[in-house]
Amino acid sequence: MHEYSIVQSLFDQIREAARARGAVAVRRVKVQIGDIAGVDTQLLRTAYELFRERTICERAPLEIEAIAVRWSCPDGHGDIEKGRALVCPSCARPARLEAGDEIVLQQLELEVP
Amino acid sequence: MCQACGCGDSHVVPVALNERILAANDRAARHNRVHFRDARVSAINLMGSPGAGKTAVLEATARAFGHAAKVGVLAGDLATDNDAQRIRAAGLVAESITTGTACHLDAEMVHKGLHRLLGWRELDYLFIENVGNLVCPAVYYLGQDVNVVALSVTEGEDKPLKYPTMFQKADLVLVTKIDLLPFLPHVRIETIRENLSIVMPAPRMILVSAATGEGIDGWIEWLEHLRTPRASATVIVGAL
Repeated sequence: MHEYSIVQSLFDQIREAARARGAVAVRRVKVQIGDIAGVDTQLLRTAYELFRERTICERAPLEIEAIAVRWSCPDGHGDIEKGRALVCPSCARPARLEAGDEIVLQQLELEVP
Repeated sequence: MCQACGCGDSHVVPVALNERILAANDRAARHNRVHFRDARVSAINLMGSPGAGKTAVLEATARAFGHAAKVGVLAGDLATDNDAQRIRAAGLVAESITTGTACHLDAEMVHKGLHRLLGWRELDYLFIENVGNLVCPAVYYLGQDVNVVALSVTEGEDKPLKYPTMFQKADLVLVTKIDLLPFLPHVRIETIRENLSIVMPAPRMILVSAATGEGIDGWIEWLEHLRTPRASATVIVGAL
């Protein structure tokens, strides 16, 4: 249930970004969560809804973009098929994680005077 | 103010940030990392389910090293000091980090724990025994050199597939309680290895039994490779 502490960190970041730009309110929050980031997006949403009441985010819906996991050969022999061992079938080098571990605040829509 | 007519209405602007949400934790972790490097302490984040045998592995590690290495432990626990007490009884320096309801350690908790772990700068190894949990601890970088995951043979062969985040981040999987294998006819080490290879890019596995001591020598050898050479470090500092 670390989603609650992630939402707390998210709010700290949003407040800082809003303050730095003199915003009076936040109108949209966009985050990216990778499929193996270890974050449950349903729980994240529940935590966000709970926290946002009577804050600068009161009117800001949370948009979550899920990022699929992608492993590939570090020598450019292409992606590893899902469910296969994480080594390159051509050169046997250990695969590199290209995407799927994101826990990122991507974009805000800020209401500025 | 509204740019079109100057009516005083506010307007909405998109702001691209692309920042990691745990950036504050990452900063605290980098701070820990600098401390570990300066003190030449190898820091190991030891994770695993409740009951995987993390504390027993630390007790066996203490027995195997004897006086050959200085080992200290920060033991994360929800509510008790039991793990730290067990570890101290085994002859290691240890402090608890009681997390209350938090299901994981974060970098700031480790930093505060270091303040209470007297003499930690003299250690060769600092084990950070994380809260027993196969999900949350994997998300928080603490400043460690390596992640070690304890997986006991009684937990089932498919744990790596169920908790890919945890195993993807592991530098080593310690398969524990192997003395119980004769009682578990359906558990095959080869299946655990195959499952690990699907979630870990360079799977490393060492089989151990803290109860009988089997395999502990391999674990100690792995730790020896990790060790930051103190003697040569002194020479470098002297040369400056």
